[in-house]
Amino acid sequence: MGAESDTDLLRSDISAYLKKYQAKDLLRFVAVGSVDDGKSTLIGRLLHDTGMVYEDQLEAVKRASNIEGEEIDFSLFTDGLRAEREQGITIDVAYRYFTTEQRKFIIADTPGHIQYTRNMVTGASTANVALILIDARLGVLQQSRRHGFIASLLGIRHLAVCVNKMDLVGYDRQVFERIRAEFTEFAKDLGFKDVTFFPISALKGDNVVGASAKTGWYDGPSVLEYLETVPISEDRDLEHFRLPVQYVVRPNLDYRGFAGQLVGGTLKKGDEVMVLPSGKSSKVRSIDTFDGPLDEAFAPQSVCVRLEDEIDCSRGDMLVHPDDLPTVGRTFDAHVVWMNETPLDPAKTYILKHTTQSVRVQVDGVQWRKDMDTLEEEDAARLELNDIGLLKLSCHRALFYDPYQQNRSTGAFILIDSLTNDTVAAGMVAGGESLTKGASVEDALKEARAGSGLTPKTQVSPNERRERMGQRGAVLWLVGLPGSGRWSLAYALERRLFDQGRTATVVDPTGEDLRSMISAAKACADAGLVCICAFPSYGIEDRAKLRERIGNDRLFEVYVNTDPALCRERRPDVEVELEPPRHPDLTVALDSVHVEDAVDLIIAELEKRHQFRDHD
Amino acid sequence: MPDLDPILARRLTHLRQLEAESIHIIREAAAEFDHPVMLYSIGKDSSVMLRLARKAFAPGPMPFPLLHINTTWQFREMIEFRDRIAKELGFELLEWINPDGIKAKINPFDHGSDEFMRAMKTEALKQSLTHHGFDCAFGGARRDEEKSRAKERIYSFRDRFHQWDPKNQRPELWNLYNARIRKGESVRVFPISNWTELDVWLYVLVEDIPVVPLYFAKERPVVNRDGTWIMVDDERMRLEKGEEPEMRSVRFRTLGSYPLTGGHESEADTVEKIIQEMLLTKFSERQGRLIDFDQEGSMELKKREGYF
Repeated sequence: MGAESDTDLLRSDISAYLKKYQAKDLLRFVAVGSVDDGKSTLIGRLLHDTGMVYEDQLEAVKRASNIEGEEIDFSLFTDGLRAEREQGITIDVAYRYFTTEQRKFIIADTPGHIQYTRNMVTGASTANVALILIDARLGVLQQSRRHGFIASLLGIRHLAVCVNKMDLVGYDRQVFERIRAEFTEFAKDLGFKDVTFFPISALKGDNVVGASAKTGWYDGPSVLEYLETVPISEDRDLEHFRLPVQYVVRPNLDYRGFAGQLVGGTLKKGDEVMVLPSGKSSKVRSIDTFDGPLDEAFAPQSVCVRLEDEIDCSRGDMLVHPDDLPTVGRTFDAHVVWMNETPLDPAKTYILKHTTQSVRVQVDGVQWRKDMDTLEEEDAARLELNDIGLLKLSCHRALFYDPYQQNRSTGAFILIDSLTNDTVAAGMVAGGESLTKGASVEDALKEARAGSGLTPKTQVSPNERRERMGQRGAVLWLVGLPGSGRWSLAYALERRLFDQGRTATVVDPTGEDLRSMISAAKACADAGLVCICAFPSYGIEDRAKLRERIGNDRLFEVYVNTDPALCRERRPDVEVELEPPRHPDLTVALDSVHVEDAVDLIIAELEKRHQFRDHD
Repeated sequence: MPDLDPILARRLTHLRQLEAESIHIIREAAAEFDHPVMLYSIGKDSSVMLRLARKAFAPGPMPFPLLHINTTWQFREMIEFRDRIAKELGFELLEWINPDGIKAKINPFDHGSDEFMRAMKTEALKQSLTHHGFDCAFGGARRDEEKSRAKERIYSFRDRFHQWDPKNQRPELWNLYNARIRKGESVRVFPISNWTELDVWLYVLVEDIPVVPLYFAKERPVVNRDGTWIMVDDERMRLEKGEEPEMRSVRFRTLGSYPLTGGHESEADTVEKIIQEMLLTKFSERQGRLIDFDQEGSMELKKREGYF
């Protein structure tokens, strides 16, 4: 359509041409598939046929395409990937750009193998359209379903399914229709606004940029025509006004503006707005921009809002309409995609970044994990790299959110490991308990501001302590008669462990009872220390209590079996009955073994149990 | 707008969407880092980034200074332009020149472009960031500049030696950026990552942003080297045997140190004509659609990659 007359206009009247040209809009799509699917060839073809390829590049590619002389290997335009793979560089999302007179396009080009879930999720997070490839010869594979599922999870509304390599099945309409029927059935519950199928050959160019003579039976658009026209402006939420405050602009005492980007809805001058979490309301005095004030702003504009009243508002707060609040709450369910080599540790807290605020978050449970082969939900204790699961999360401060499928900004978050500062996961709020439910907004917001309504608990997991200290927390419990040398052994052990760079301590709460002693030992072990204790515990019952509280895997019981006659000789003042341990982890008799040798024996045994990291 | 569909009436053009996103990025980084700075190279990309930064904090001032790494060999017109804009707009301008490079009299002729660029640009930049203790440096780089930049993040993480480790970059989703770093580490923030060369020029046009006159065609004293025109900008230019400067109507697509920056012959003396030139260069050869790319990239870059 009109390409030629547009060219004429470009030549003859550049001003008129540019007026038209500037008005185009922006479409982002994620392209998913492996090299085998022909994704690189399709993208290379799009770039080439829209005039995106340098001449010298074209020449180089022609030279490199030593396939039967004439055909160009279009995949070579984008395949930096192959070389990178050989060099072991992380395979990652590549962003590519092209433009037509209708739209500017941003392609998030992501590899499609199973282990690259993380990349597809990254590319899909900002995309309006997902373009997936199906090899006509192979039909709908599990991989195709996986791509469809991820696109839907990430809130993409338009799916373009390119049935590629039609040339290799003789442009057979039946093949195309079979794939279309099968995938349509699969995708019907995934929430797409539209799923569009294209019979293409990326290699030959059929239905990529223009119509193909080989598929007379197909009267739909080409892939490019579709990309140029698929309606996306309706996908924005223009109903529910949300403005997360990024920055307070305060050039002088008379001006205080709240700068941010609208992530939903519209805002008019004079509108009544509420600041979350304070709940204070005011009217919009002006909506300012560098280019002058606006009567109305809409998503996704970046603006600076002034209010009529001097009310508290800072970064992390959100401006909303008082009759249209987001959910205000701390606890919610979220789909989480794990993106780090180190798996999710449900016992530790992470930093959750949502809109413009960061809060501590704890994992209350993994509800399920998606088996990426069957797309079935299964029980799981944690998530590993490329896993997708549903987590129950509790934040230490309230968030103002909407379900992700309603708003891709106020429903999205990332998780950050506070030790490494890595971004370890991407999350999408599925739904949660609102503090405003059954309570007045005022009460709810009071509750939201109140810091934490959660039962306080440690934010440091045993794994983190182990990482930091290079050892597991444990209790070395020495059992023996008075005069057996338990305490001497305890202090000798402490000294030796200390010299070896371990963190160990002897706990000796003189005058306390056994119960307090066990509590003290447990606290030390919980803190990651090696607690050494020679507190009297003569009965089997006593030690059963100990084992129960400390846990089998953390308790190391040493029976100091020094000759009873010698013990009595040393401590004639005390008369006790000792029930010897039935299954001590180690037995040493200090009348036949020197204390230092006993220490050697104990440490050797501990190392055998992988008590310490660098002695594995 | 009574006749318009309420959704279509609230549509942003691609430029305004890019603008809104870039402003969001600049505000995020300014809010989350302790000590940001904006790298200012005086070129068109820097000029666009500067306009976006002013928009981000209007009517307030930009809450960070601009930093120019002076190689001492940039075109004279660039430095004049820099000083004029700084004065007109009243922003804080820092300059850094590598003192070791000056001591060693490093220049593009004796030391070659690689060593010159490493000392006067890369090293100088690291020195200045360390010296001032900046933990965030805005840069005007774009992903379309070259193939290898296609995977660069908007927040590009650097260790405490300012090194970039491709294996140690954080996933980037939605518009949620991770600004957490340890002391000494820093992040390069690229607010116009998603802009193309064409977008930059269209924005310069729409916004009427001043750019260095070297972008526009004009008769200039030049010599031809390896098929490209090098401007004889001052008396330090070393002419090779038989080289005689001649006056040609040339313009420059990228700006940098003049002995390493090639121009091409052109009549495009307005922004509109520059865009027209860009679009037409390939338009006649490929059917129907337009170029949206740096056609040649900077000669500096190509030299570093061994193209010439």
